[in-house]
Order: sequence, then C-alpha cells, then structure tokens
Amino acid sequence: MTDALLTVEDLTISFPSDNGPVPVVKSISLTVAREIVAVVGESGSGKSLTGRAIMGLLPCRAHVRASRMLFEGIDLQTLGPAGWNGLRGSGMGLILQDPKFSLNPAHRVGRQVEEALLLHTKLSARERKQRALDMLARVGLPDPERVYASYPAALSGGMGQRVMIAAMLINRPMLIIADEPTSALDRGLQDQVLTLLRSLTEEFGMGLLLISHDLQQVSRYADRVIVMRQGEIVERLPASELAQAQTAYTRGLWAARPSFATYGTRLPVFEDSGRPS
Amino acid sequence: MTSAVSVEQLSISFPSAKTRFTAVSDVTFSVEEGQTFGLIGPSGCGKTTVLRAIAGLNTGWTGLIDIFGAKLEPGRKITGDTRRNIQMVFQDPYSSLHPRHRIAHILGEPLKVHGAEGIDAAVGIALDRVGLSPALAGRYPHQLSGGQRQRVAIARALLLKPKLLLLDEPTSALDVTVQAEILNLLNDLKASHRMTFILVSHDAGVIGHMCDRGVLMSHGRIARALDRAALSELTEDAVEAAAWDETPGYRGN
Repeated sequence: MTDALLTVEDLTISFPSDNGPVPVVKSISLTVAREIVAVVGESGSGKSLTGRAIMGLLPCRAHVRASRMLFEGIDLQTLGPAGWNGLRGSGMGLILQDPKFSLNPAHRVGRQVEEALLLHTKLSARERKQRALDMLARVGLPDPERVYASYPAALSGGMGQRVMIAAMLINRPMLIIADEPTSALDRGLQDQVLTLLRSLTEEFGMGLLLISHDLQQVSRYADRVIVMRQGEIVERLPASELAQAQTAYTRGLWAARPSFATYGTRLPVFEDSGRPS
Repeated sequence: MTSAVSVEQLSISFPSAKTRFTAVSDVTFSVEEGQTFGLIGPSGCGKTTVLRAIAGLNTGWTGLIDIFGAKLEPGRKITGDTRRNIQMVFQDPYSSLHPRHRIAHILGEPLKVHGAEGIDAAVGIALDRVGLSPALAGRYPHQLSGGQRQRVAIARALLLKPKLLLLDEPTSALDVTVQAEILNLLNDLKASHRMTFILVSHDAGVIGHMCDRGVLMSHGRIARALDRAALSELTEDAVEAAAWDETPGYRGN
C-alpha cells in the first residue's frame, strides 16, 4: 500500500531466558493507513508487545528485529532517544487500558492534557489552555473548565479515558495506538469511547491501531482485522467478513462471547492456548 | 417450587453529607433452588449493594432476606450453617486475593476458621476441582494469570460447600476467551454441587448465557422482572438506557 502511514515487515520480538531467547512475536507484517486496523488475540498472543514495539517502548532486554519498520518514511529502528521524543506525543500517540494508572494522580488534568503542546509546540500558556479546553470539549466532557482544574481522582473511569484521548489527540498525531482502551470500562461506556475514537479518527484523518481481545466488539468499529495467536498472525480480513472467518481460531474467538443464544451450551475454549498451568 | 432466596422490600441507605443516600429501595424478588438469577443494570444502580447485603457484608438494611428458610437479621453478622451456605466471588481477582499469602494459605484459611482437618489435601482437591494443578498451592497470586486467580477465588468460595454462590461480575476483568472458560467452569460446578447462583452483571451477553431469570435494576429499584423471553430481548442498549430512566426514588447527584 503506497499511502500507508506505518509499515512493519518481519517483526520479531524475543526475550532472553535460561534456555536461550524465546520469541514472543514471530515475523509479523502489517500496514496502517488512514484507517482503523484492529489487532485481536487472547492474552499472551503478542498483540500488546507489537503495539509497544512500534512506539519503541519495550524494555531494553527485549530483542526487536524487523526487516522494515517505517512511520511516515522514518526508519523507526534507527531512532535514538531524541528522535523518539520528537515522535511520541506528536507524530504518534499511545492510549492505554486504565486511566487510573496512566494519568499522573499528582497533577491536574489540564497540565497533563497540555503536556504534548508544551513539549512539541511554541504556543503560549493561554493558547495551550484554550487548545486543551477545546480538546476536552471535543471528547465529550461536560464542563471542560472544571475537568481542566480537577485531579484525576475526581474523574470517573469513562471521564478519565476521555481525558487520556484528549491528551493524545491534542497535537493531532498521524497514528494512534490504542491498547485495550476500553477494557477497564463498563460495556455502555466502552461503546461510547470506541464511537468517539472512530469519529475522531475520521475527522482528523488519522490511522488507528486498535488492540483488543474482544473480536465482536472491535469488528463494529474497525475497517480491517488482524488476528494474532501465540505471536503469529493467523488471519487478516475486512471487519465486515468476520462472521465468515476461515480459521478455526478466529471462529472460536468470535463464538467465545456469551449471548442469549448460547444459554445452556458450553462456550468454545482453546485447550492448547500455551498458558502456564 | 422451593425458594432458595427471598428478598422482600429491601432498602439500603448510606449516610452522606446532607441526608442519607438511598442506594436501594423496595427491592423484592425470589430465587428458586438450582437457578441462576441475574441482577442486571448499569453502574451505580445498586445491584452490587443488594448482593453485599445478601452476603452479610453490609448489615445496614431494612426489609426481609430469607436464605434457605433462615431469616437474616439487619445489624447482625451471619453465623453458623447459613454462613457456610453463602459464599461470594468478587469482580477483580487482582484485589480479592491477599498479595502476600501463598495460594495454600488463602485456600486453607476458611477451612482453618471452621476447624477442618487435613487442610493440605483439601486445598489440593479444591484446586483440582477448578482445573488448576495442585502444584500451584505454593505460589503467590502475582505468579498466576487473571483467569487462574479467578479460579482460585472460585475454589475458595466452594471450600465450605455453599448452597448459594454470589457472583459479582465474576468475569468482567477477564479476556473474552478466559471468560468463556470461567463461565463453563461455573456452570459445571453448579451442576455437580447443586448450587444456586445470584449473578450480578452489566453485560447483557453474560446474563443471557447464564441466567434463568433476573431483574433489571435502575436507580436502586427494580425496573423490570425478566424471564427467559424477556432476557432474549435484553440488549446492551436496554441495560444502558436503564441508567437514564427517570425514577421518582432517584436521589443521585
């Protein structure tokens, strides 16, 4: 794809162990254009590690190798600390699972939302505050002035996640990586936050890499879906064709969500999921 | 038909800055033996508060709670056989297991309290029953995955062979695939131990899969009683919509 924002080819991530390096992501390739791509898999499938490798956020003992890792023409594998600092929060942003842990409890919301502007722009304090208030309103927070002056402890989970999104989007990045952005929220709030992410992605013309374990849920928001299992990509398909997925694993992942129709039956589980017992 | 649990005109309030905040008012339902009964509703509707009153974790309530023919009394701890009969599994397996105790200690404690013998063997059997290797007894909770921890929490709840298991969002902190394993396990154990379940959830899919009957709660009251036919029409949107219903008794902020 020529209009890809992000191109990853042959990405392998391994961790050292007593018995030599253990590969946890095995030679995967993916591209993200101005679209929503979901990476789906169960715990331990390597989906979060993939997202973090793209952001250069893996611990240094992790060994990352790829034949190509390009973002907007920048070779991510050659970036030093200064290069990464210029890119994170400006060109690309990461939204994490739980606002309770990813917002700093000791700083007011306003300061955290503005931080990317402080680091990456030359706006004055007043302009920064105005942009932050606009952004807080854009993500659907009522009374942005009050939220701006609040500490994270005063926010509910859904509000906290909206603040996270505002902080990530304030600098209009090209690519957002959202790692389970809603799994700490109620189901109703999950839909609200995903709807918000989708509409902002379209409005700002961004690419969004949405990492999740819930196939049915992301299929309603993503354009394309990549299914990972034990470090490998087992299937890639348009979200609209998920119900007709080819591999047994994808079909199992699809059917694992309980519903009224599965009453009285056993839900499908994967016996050889590679979890420690 | 035998009623395992009957709750009549249950009201629960908490002191707040100005007046008492009424979290639950006038809740009445009954659960038949062997059924899975759902308490469904959006955040803050009072469903967990009802469950905690039945569990005896909150004794500041008024009304009537009858469990297998024994009446609970407000303001008093549950003791004796009734205490053994009611056990609870909490939402978050990361915070419901003591982080500094090994699994053997966590599972051995209820047995020790009730003066049981042969605790080590019983712990091994308890782990095996929930599909875990008895070798995990020597580990700490942080050395287990989320699904394994929730299995430990279920094993702990089953140790005293309860007749009523209270499940407070038992899978909402888990992956979809791990959730499937835990729901299967709960249904297997319910059949083999002849238990009655009360399941609290905001997930219409989980409720539809597990429950024989239930009630939809909104602002501390029962908005609707649900049988299987009504459960078939329960959607995520309907659960969420209950949060916005105007209810006269609602005194939220």
